[in-house]
Amino acid sequence: MAVVFEPTKGLTDKPFHYCPGCCHGIIHRLVAETLVANDALETAVGVASVGCTYNSYEYIACDMVQAAHGRAPAVATGIKRNLKDSFVFTYQGDGDLASIGTAEIVHAAARSENITVIFVNNAVYGMTSGQMAPTTLVGQVTTTSPWGRDPSYQGYPINVSEFLSNLAGAAYIERVCVTDFKNIQNAKRAIQKAFNVQKNKLGFSLVEVLSTCPTNWGKEPLAAMDWLKENMEKQYPLGCYKGADITFDADGKYVSGAIPATNNNCVNVGEVKK
Amino acid sequence: MAQKRVLMKGNEVIAEAAIRAGCRNYFGYPITPQTEVMHYMAKKMVQVGGNFVQAESELAAINMVYGAAAAGFRVMTSSSSPGISLKQEGISYIAGAELPAVVVNIVRAGPGLGGIQPAQGDYFQATKGGGHGDYRNIVIAPASVQELYELVVEAFNLADKYRMTCMIVGDGTLGQMMEPVAFRDEEPIETIEKPWAACGRKGDSFHHTVTSIYIDPDVLEKKNLELQDKYKIVEANEVRYEAINMEDAEIVITAFATCSRICRNVIRQAAELGIKVGMIRPITLWPFPYKAISEAADMSSVKAFLDVELNAGQMIEDVRLGANGKKPVYFHGRLGGNLPMQKEILDKIVAIHEGKIVEGGNF
Repeated sequence: MAVVFEPTKGLTDKPFHYCPGCCHGIIHRLVAETLVANDALETAVGVASVGCTYNSYEYIACDMVQAAHGRAPAVATGIKRNLKDSFVFTYQGDGDLASIGTAEIVHAAARSENITVIFVNNAVYGMTSGQMAPTTLVGQVTTTSPWGRDPSYQGYPINVSEFLSNLAGAAYIERVCVTDFKNIQNAKRAIQKAFNVQKNKLGFSLVEVLSTCPTNWGKEPLAAMDWLKENMEKQYPLGCYKGADITFDADGKYVSGAIPATNNNCVNVGEVKK
Repeated sequence: MAQKRVLMKGNEVIAEAAIRAGCRNYFGYPITPQTEVMHYMAKKMVQVGGNFVQAESELAAINMVYGAAAAGFRVMTSSSSPGISLKQEGISYIAGAELPAVVVNIVRAGPGLGGIQPAQGDYFQATKGGGHGDYRNIVIAPASVQELYELVVEAFNLADKYRMTCMIVGDGTLGQMMEPVAFRDEEPIETIEKPWAACGRKGDSFHHTVTSIYIDPDVLEKKNLELQDKYKIVEANEVRYEAINMEDAEIVITAFATCSRICRNVIRQAAELGIKVGMIRPITLWPFPYKAISEAADMSSVKAFLDVELNAGQMIEDVRLGANGKKPVYFHGRLGGNLPMQKEILDKIVAIHEGKIVEGGNF
């Protein structure tokens, strides 16, 4: 019988630990498919972070390094500076990236580190059971904002893509979601574009993926998707915030568009003996 | 073979030694009194085709170290006390993930911001943990610029061999001091295979993962027991110390690094007064030379130990463990970035010799 579909080789056989209705599964698969499509599974190195994504190092089939909370961009810097021709990416949640890891993400972007960040924003701390995140919406109820986030008491959400796009070192920043087929395809396009940006050594790239957390939002999976569309997208509008005009040819070679000066410090320092 | 000697600053020698040891990655953040390591690296690392990154923080720097080490490359960071405190998170992760890394601490006086003058107040932090969890670092305390050079090179070999942090503990004096140093033509670099490195699968049927998380308590316990087994091997094989004038010593000084330089002169002065003083200078602070201390305590000529440190008494706890109550252990320390004068130490030796002070009296 002809095989019409098979799981991507970019994921291991390890079963996901994610809750039903969580978008991590979809986003993992998009990253994995991008690695396979670009023949990068043998050379890429990914950096897992802390939070629900802590175990992503066991799921994604390329070499993976598990980093401390918020430090993934620094760890990726240490890797990429040595492996300049390998695709190096981080996979981080919003508590990790936008709270404890703000210094690392800002400076990785400012240095225009030639890495790709997959930033999954679900507006809540998932793993530690639903605390308020820096991305939690105004009025959103969490375990640490039990009456809803009140800006006069708990401040305002951080729009990561918008503020990072102001940095000269950021080459490409886009916000997407994976709520339906059309958006999943669009997210895949964005991840591929980030891959191309890195391959052409154009500098720092980040794809922010809005995600659901049915468990900690207290919603059924489909209702969570609706809530994301109705509420999160108002605070976090989808779209390209930096590098919209960067184009590539069919082979993924840079053609045109405004880019930062790239990271010329990224030199080969020899091979690891295995 | 010893070549022509050059006059160099301790901090610069640290950087030069690292490059000679094949280190092509330096990630750091400015802090006095170790900043010359960075200055030297900023120029030289680029010239030799390596990576120099001035990180946004000590946290970022140690995590860049983690990344480069995870990918299998020799890597170093350096800092001074407050910065080393910030690096402890990463050092614990490096221990958990079993990565080789060299970390240099040019110690200044604390606590808090403290001061920028030399001290040894980070002994506990360096040797007893510092970060969270059950782990050890190999801790090396050179006493001269020449030794700094040789031991930094050795630190890279030890880090690779045991897949752990090798920490060089100096102090503001050693880092800022200029002394002649003779570089070897060729460094004794031990190239160790790193089949575990996450630098791309490159045809392997599995993906390499570098991690320190083990959710299952049984798996984590096993991992911890493996670490402890490794540390036992290090304790058995890597203890280094210098024994000076120990043949028929009556009083044994214990001191490390800069402090031992001062004590060395005191030994001579005491001899002029007819008091036989020896010294045990730990070169590895972990693993600590307990056996050497214990054997000294068993010597019939030895009446007492005098532990001299630039802190309120930290290594003295290990000296007491080694002496195990067999001989009294006296202490002399200076704090705040001050160094003891030879006469202060000599006076204490005379007082001990004449039975005029009691054990446990500190200052």
